[in-house]
Amino acid sequence: MFKRLHDTATVTITVDGQPVRARIGDTVAAALLAAGIDHCRTTPVTGAPRAPYCLMGVCFDCLVTIDGVGNRQGCLVPVREGMAVATQIGKREAGR
Amino acid sequence: MTSAADLSPSYDLVVIGGGPAGLAAASLAARVGLSTVLFDENPGVGGQIYRGITSTPIKNGTVLGEEYWAGGALASEAKVSGAAIVTGATVWTLDPSLAVGVSIAGKARLIQARRVIIATGALERPFPIPGWTLPGVMTAGAAQTTLKAQGLVPDGRTVLAGCGPLLWLLAAQLLRAGVKIEAMLDTASRRNWLRALPHLPDFLLSPYWRKGLALLREVKAKVPVIAVDRLSAAGDGKLKEVVYGTGGTEHRLAADLLLLHHGVVPNVNLANATGAAHRWNERQLCFEPVLDDDFTSSVPGIAVAGDGAGIAGGTAAAERGRIAAIAAVRALKPEASVPDPQVVRQKLAREEMGRAFLDILYRPADSFRRPEGDTVVCRCEEVTARQVRAMADTGCEGPNQMKAFLRSGMGPCQGRLCGLTVTELIAEQRGLSPAEVGYYRLRPPVKPITLAELASLPIGEAERKAVER
Repeated sequence: MFKRLHDTATVTITVDGQPVRARIGDTVAAALLAAGIDHCRTTPVTGAPRAPYCLMGVCFDCLVTIDGVGNRQGCLVPVREGMAVATQIGKREAGR
Repeated sequence: MTSAADLSPSYDLVVIGGGPAGLAAASLAARVGLSTVLFDENPGVGGQIYRGITSTPIKNGTVLGEEYWAGGALASEAKVSGAAIVTGATVWTLDPSLAVGVSIAGKARLIQARRVIIATGALERPFPIPGWTLPGVMTAGAAQTTLKAQGLVPDGRTVLAGCGPLLWLLAAQLLRAGVKIEAMLDTASRRNWLRALPHLPDFLLSPYWRKGLALLREVKAKVPVIAVDRLSAAGDGKLKEVVYGTGGTEHRLAADLLLLHHGVVPNVNLANATGAAHRWNERQLCFEPVLDDDFTSSVPGIAVAGDGAGIAGGTAAAERGRIAAIAAVRALKPEASVPDPQVVRQKLAREEMGRAFLDILYRPADSFRRPEGDTVVCRCEEVTARQVRAMADTGCEGPNQMKAFLRSGMGPCQGRLCGLTVTELIAEQRGLSPAEVGYYRLRPPVKPITLAELASLPIGEAERKAVER
């Protein structure tokens, strides 16, 4: 969906355990878009997939778990080497 | 980087938001000796208009245009002004006693201010069409953000839809960056032209008409511009097609990315949560704080500057920030020498000239603001237009009661993406004006904060005594 105009220094983060190359200056949400990851969470009501929408901290669609803390706004957090990002499953599943 | 522990317990002036209004206000106040701190939740200053101004990888000056690079002066001025500029700092509460709750890297502090300037700017108007929650549908502002801050541009079949100056600017910027745009679906009603015409002379006196016209030409030369009065996004789990039509016709356009834009509206969440009075602006179709000539709100000591005070654009925002800062300096340090506010007001008036023309020309049609059927209105709680309309018909009087019935506005975005739609839908169903229906009553925390962050607040004698047996 997105491509980079410039090469800049890279860092490696993990997304759901898989290594993903990101660039210094990326936010987590930008890194996910650049890596072609098509959704970052599912919703609590219907379980529908969502991806970053506004990238300016107002829509909360880019909520992800970052280094173990859930519901972080991915568009406001800069990537760091070794950062562990996990996509979120929003809908409660009975018995899980 | 400033940590929560580095902050003073109190400041003369706390500025919230590091866009043009916040940067200009903090610079002016700090230069004459007010102890000043500016908080911004983003990784860098600039706000949305000058996003990434100190760090953008885009070095080719023509891609973003000269208006963007003008933001560099504001950022460097603020840097040397003596103000503490703290980025990555989320303000989650501000109360009428001027206590500011801020969280930095997981640690929270309560800071006492003598004056506060809210400069939280604008956000994009909700654009509730069928399918707008699908991955692959984003705001035009989002694409501009990744372009400015990360040098990241759309790849694949890209469609722009909506209306407003920012949509044309984004199209031009993307074209200059080498991006192919499949189509621009223009939702502006032809009838808007007639209504805007009386304001054309003012617009012709403003600095914007030449630039605006040049942008239109630049984009129209390379992108098919199609007038539409219906629009939806279709796909299973992600965007596959943009469906659009005029009158009886319907067309389907395969797309990987749809960028939506219907203008910007004030981000009222923080100001509203302080209890400051707001009113409906019928020309800009949004709520805005009630302010005096110095941009002071109905809560003493709290001013709202920039687009948060009503939409007027980036250059006007800086002038508004200066006017609010001059008032703060005059109240706290009357002996300090400040610019003549009348001169700043004149500059502001020039910047605001022509706004009426743009507001009316790019007024989004009713059908795009008041959706029908199963179109999602509240993205967080997935509440549909049909549900909101039905609840209004059964007697629900306003957005706050709607929260209790449907949970609209109660998800993490706290009504930012549904508030105006819910107000307008209730107004339409009940035959009232949006002014009569009102807006959500917002409460702190206006941004999410973890219990651990709250628990990290420094504990004083009073707090200890409160829990002693």
